[in-house]
Amino acid sequence: MTSTALPDQESPATPAAVPTLTSHVRGYLSRVRGGDIGALPAVLGLIVLCTVFAIMRPSFLTAANFANLFTQGAAVTLIAMGLVFVLLLGEIDLSAGFASGVCAAVLANVVTVLGYPWYVAVLAAVLTGVLIGSMLGILVAKIGIPSFVVTLAGFLAFQGIVLLLMEEGRNISVRDPVLVAIANRNLPPALGWALAGLAVAGYAAVQAMRYRTRAARGLVTDPLTVVFARVVGLATVLGATVYLLNQERSFNVLINSLKGVPIVVPLIAVLLITGTFVLQRTSYGRHIYAVGGNKEAARRAGINVDRIRISVFVICSAMAAIGGIVAASRANSVDPNTGGSNVLLYAVGAAVIGGTSLFGGKGRVLDAVLGGAVVAVIDNGMGLMGYSSGVKYVVTGVVLLLAASVDALSRRRAAASGGR
Amino acid sequence: MSATPLLELRGIDKSFGPVQVLRDVAFSAFPGQVTALVGDNGAGKSTLVKCISGIYPTDAGEFLFNSRPVSIHNPRDAAALGIEVVYQDLALCDNLDIVQNMFLGREKRHGLVLDEPTMEQMAADTLAGLSVRTVKSLRQQVSSLSGGQRQTVAIAKAVLWNSKVVILDEPTAALGVAQTAQVLELVRRLADNGLAVVLISHNMNDVFAVSDRIAALYLGQMVAQVKTTDITHAQIVELITAGRSGALGLSAGNGSNDTGGEPAAAPGAAR
Repeated sequence: MTSTALPDQESPATPAAVPTLTSHVRGYLSRVRGGDIGALPAVLGLIVLCTVFAIMRPSFLTAANFANLFTQGAAVTLIAMGLVFVLLLGEIDLSAGFASGVCAAVLANVVTVLGYPWYVAVLAAVLTGVLIGSMLGILVAKIGIPSFVVTLAGFLAFQGIVLLLMEEGRNISVRDPVLVAIANRNLPPALGWALAGLAVAGYAAVQAMRYRTRAARGLVTDPLTVVFARVVGLATVLGATVYLLNQERSFNVLINSLKGVPIVVPLIAVLLITGTFVLQRTSYGRHIYAVGGNKEAARRAGINVDRIRISVFVICSAMAAIGGIVAASRANSVDPNTGGSNVLLYAVGAAVIGGTSLFGGKGRVLDAVLGGAVVAVIDNGMGLMGYSSGVKYVVTGVVLLLAASVDALSRRRAAASGGR
Repeated sequence: MSATPLLELRGIDKSFGPVQVLRDVAFSAFPGQVTALVGDNGAGKSTLVKCISGIYPTDAGEFLFNSRPVSIHNPRDAAALGIEVVYQDLALCDNLDIVQNMFLGREKRHGLVLDEPTMEQMAADTLAGLSVRTVKSLRQQVSSLSGGQRQTVAIAKAVLWNSKVVILDEPTAALGVAQTAQVLELVRRLADNGLAVVLISHNMNDVFAVSDRIAALYLGQMVAQVKTTDITHAQIVELITAGRSGALGLSAGNGSNDTGGEPAAAPGAAR
């Protein structure tokens, strides 16, 4: 099937070798050996962690716990997804955690204290995020203060703003049914299946379109087997997830039935698809990678570097706002510690564990989701095993360090094999 | 000599504060020819290139493009005329692949979405037009390319946009023997395709290997623009180091005089 006639196969720039399954696999392996490992450590780590926890604590594998993983990890994952954009430029946003706290506090104040409907509150929270992000971005890009310092200042100041908004430590409950549903309710099982089916069909269509247009123009295509494998792989993962989440999780079905995909899952999925589309398929995304790879080259190519730098901070803080909304929904309230303590470090950890480079230029939104899963699994599994939070912090710290060293080492490897 | 120059500069002056870097410089580049721009460190080669590409404004002098007077105020003006510069540091993004680098900042799009197949095809055609055979896949990241391949990508990026004048700043400085040969072959091919190529180089072997004409700068003055076949290696070295060689170069006794040694502007075939 790979021998579809490619009209100008022998033209020098498109080498004669039509990729086959074996050459595709070999190419991937050689890229991995050359230091381009991507999310491989996160995926392997996830498998190892899940196996270990499943053996040590059978309750880890229950459907109820599986659903818990998603709702526990959602806020951190959402913040990490925004952080990827900032990390892609080689910048950092240390204030993302408390920015999510500020946005959650705004949400709680608008909906509970002022009594506006939920959508006004959500809009206010996201706008607060956008405002915070533009401020950080302008300070970094236009004034030229290192992002580490700007966002460290933000980290302290936002912590204070949360306290002020909470009137020195009071906590505000969030009772709006729509807001509470985000992190606490599930989709009807049928809708879960429908969305999963839609996602697989959409993915298959995109892959098929790409294959067809490339083949029609005589460009090198991925072998059809690989295209199939991708679609089947996604279908398997989504199918298994939806099946597990659609199991009855309630201890007593007579009192209340608890099944279906948590609402945060499609929320994360939609943002994941949007973020991936922006980064991979638009020139804006391309320019983010370019500025992260070589700022001077980007400037000479006519890219407005300052605008890109400001925009990623806006995206990051807006995503933090969404993370804050989810956190408020899960806790049914906002307190002065929302978005505080380990939230930011878990989020940075999630992005880096997933394979986003701290040096800029390398990373995907998917990395944040995979890394967020690793962080959530560690947190959840070690909790089930009865370890204290002290041990949990140490283990998460070690995993983050491991991920960062994998990043640094793979960069060295890439530099060594780059033939510079 | 055959045609009229595609790019012609007359009487260019450029000062940075009290330091006059370019002094009444004349320079021409002809289509289908490689013009080597030589000179010692600090002679003003880079400044001249930056004036041509619109990065520096000039204090005096005129630009003629296709015999029409033009003004170049910024890099966009230069690009609009079809003048592209390949700088020594290449300005490539290591984390992007070859196609992405070639189209950086000028991506082809279908509405909002990048049009990857068109870009890949245009890149393939451009590389094929330059008979580049050293690149395995267009979707390789630039970080995995050798120095010569990077130079090739940077040059291909410059000619992708129907450019008419390509200025190469020390393209072989960091390369080994085999790769230097490849890049020089590519430089020659650019000229054979009808472009006006300006090659800045310190390496006289390279200059004599590919250039049709040589322009020598000495302390900010153009001391000679001659056909490569009319001059010897030794004469060029003299022009670079002393500003004169026999009848060529500055007329006054001491090459470095500031007192008004009108540059003996190009008695060579160019005039």
